[in-house]
Amino acid sequence: MKTNRQRALRTAGFSVLGLAFVLALGLTATGTQLFAGGSAEGNPARAAGVALEGAGASFPAPLITAMADEYRDYTGGRITVNYQSIGSGGGIRQFIEQTIMFGATERYLSDEQVAEIEASTGGTAFNMPITLGSVAPTYNIPGVDTGLVFTGEVLVDMYRGEITHWNDPRIVELNPGVDLPAVPVQIVHRSDGSGTTNVWTDYFSKVSGWWADNVGFGTSVDWPRGTGANGNEGVAGVVQTTPGALGYNSLVYATLNDIPYGAVINSSGETILPDLPTTSAAANIDLPADTRVSITDTPAADGYPIASFAWVMVYERLDANSAIETREQAEELVRFLYWTITDGQELSEPLDFARLPQAAVDRATDMLRRLTWNGEAVGAEVIAAIAQR
Amino acid sequence: MLVFGLAIIALALGMGFVLYTQGSVPIRGQGFFGFLFETTWNPVSGVHGAWPFLLGTIITSAAALALAFFPAVGVGIFAAEYAPPKIGSVINYLVDLLAAVPSVVIGIWGIFVFAPWMRDTFYIPVYYWAVESAPALLPVLGAPASYNIITATLLLALMITPYTVGLTRDAIKLVPREQRDAAWALGATHWEVMRLGILPYARGGIVAGAILSLARALGETMVIAMLIGNSNRLPFTFFGPASTMPSVIANEFREAVETMHLASLMAVGFYLFLLTFVVNLIAAYIQRKLNIGGRVL
Repeated sequence: MKTNRQRALRTAGFSVLGLAFVLALGLTATGTQLFAGGSAEGNPARAAGVALEGAGASFPAPLITAMADEYRDYTGGRITVNYQSIGSGGGIRQFIEQTIMFGATERYLSDEQVAEIEASTGGTAFNMPITLGSVAPTYNIPGVDTGLVFTGEVLVDMYRGEITHWNDPRIVELNPGVDLPAVPVQIVHRSDGSGTTNVWTDYFSKVSGWWADNVGFGTSVDWPRGTGANGNEGVAGVVQTTPGALGYNSLVYATLNDIPYGAVINSSGETILPDLPTTSAAANIDLPADTRVSITDTPAADGYPIASFAWVMVYERLDANSAIETREQAEELVRFLYWTITDGQELSEPLDFARLPQAAVDRATDMLRRLTWNGEAVGAEVIAAIAQR
Repeated sequence: MLVFGLAIIALALGMGFVLYTQGSVPIRGQGFFGFLFETTWNPVSGVHGAWPFLLGTIITSAAALALAFFPAVGVGIFAAEYAPPKIGSVINYLVDLLAAVPSVVIGIWGIFVFAPWMRDTFYIPVYYWAVESAPALLPVLGAPASYNIITATLLLALMITPYTVGLTRDAIKLVPREQRDAAWALGATHWEVMRLGILPYARGGIVAGAILSLARALGETMVIAMLIGNSNRLPFTFFGPASTMPSVIANEFREAVETMHLASLMAVGFYLFLLTFVVNLIAAYIQRKLNIGGRVL
């Protein structure tokens, strides 16, 4: 009991430390740029500021907010980007209702949603990758640290109740030399709708026919068993206070809070511990032009199999989005989005986000090139102008 | 005054109407009772029903009120009548403090301290006792997770206690001096004064306090969402997770991507609105029946 409490206090301490760390990084990043931004002071365009409005997923919010701060300084305070972290569902809704200039989501627009947008605006809606996240199996087994090895099938069978104890022969076989106790497995899942759940269950649906037929994937699913906890912090809390617990957390959260997490054997048979390089590697595959693709169970040999893009949604015909009123706003939006997938990516690793692989940056650039304003190719013009500089 | 009064009525009706229109697709699709009694909640296949959450809400709220009511009334009587002024004011202060603790704070304490403690001292011993001597109980008890209906109900009871205590205390203090003096003059003991003179007079207010507590329990979201274990299935077991109407809305609203999912959450909100409305009607009826003093508190 006492150890649980101590662990809980330690967790709380770590979260605070983690937050402070992220804040400090953000501050230093903006701090250095404040001086660099000074050179843009003389820019004549500075007088008229442009505000870009976006909203959506909470997972990429720390990155997009940091990018927004950095970009404001980069443009000498001329461009402000307001991003509201309201969740993927809200982001998609506001994007379709055209109250925001760009949306962000952890779940790409469905074929029906894209078809509806094409019918109503005469152009498509792009899902432009902006960053990557991965989801790690987190656990609390007395005496076992980070690095326990799982396969997709074993994880599914634990979540559906086929494997009930940690000393099950199938787990022991994957982890020779690890002393696994005869503790019952306590399953923990997210109770709130979440992109993290979407990635986790998407992977389960790919590796298990039973899961695909009986549960499926989504931001909320009908879990066969287990305790639901609210948010990454809720799952982490339950995992840390429950011996024998198995949950799932975004990788950033697991590492910042020092929760033991496991490695997963990918489709090439490699044992991959999730980290930023293996997450990026998962997306370094042959991507379709619209990047509306799930990269879980990746074919990349060095890629971690439970990873996903986070996308920025933007209308192909910028003039069709009633939230964008002027051509100047449209141009600035393209300029900002192009910056996020190029120079802006430098902010990823300090904030514990995985960098976009080149394949994804290329696809995203192609999308931006196709953006138009009243038939004029603003996307291509802006990118060409940046390339000339 | 009339305008403000009418505005409140319009506001309440308007809220109900908006919830209904937003949630009308699943309600009309499955019928009013079809949606109410549907036991599946599966956003992936698009089948939604309010029954598991309605049951969860009623069970946790009613159990919390049953647990909290008599201790709370006892504390209220003690604080108002028996306690020396100094102790009484300390009790009043602490009760008000308890009422002011934000529910998320109670929830965090529940997650990190109370739920693990309950598991180690109660759920696991009872579970192993049942395994050895009463295996017939096992399907009713369920696997001992720390976050379950019992944990949530106990904390809910803790949270509504201050409301019942406060209103009991105030109702007793409002009993007129003459009422007490008359009872004393008849030679009654302190407890007889209480039982025959004061409690019947104050019972309308005490019941009103209980109903207010129940309304608060019905709507409590944060503590429940943090501690009930959030399973969207029927709550068949004591030690198993469950879910309530406010908790499922708070949990799934943010990321409800599909239109049907969102509309179903709105529909659950509409049923919750109806439930609180019915509870309030019953409360008004009981209160009217119980008022003897001729005064509505």
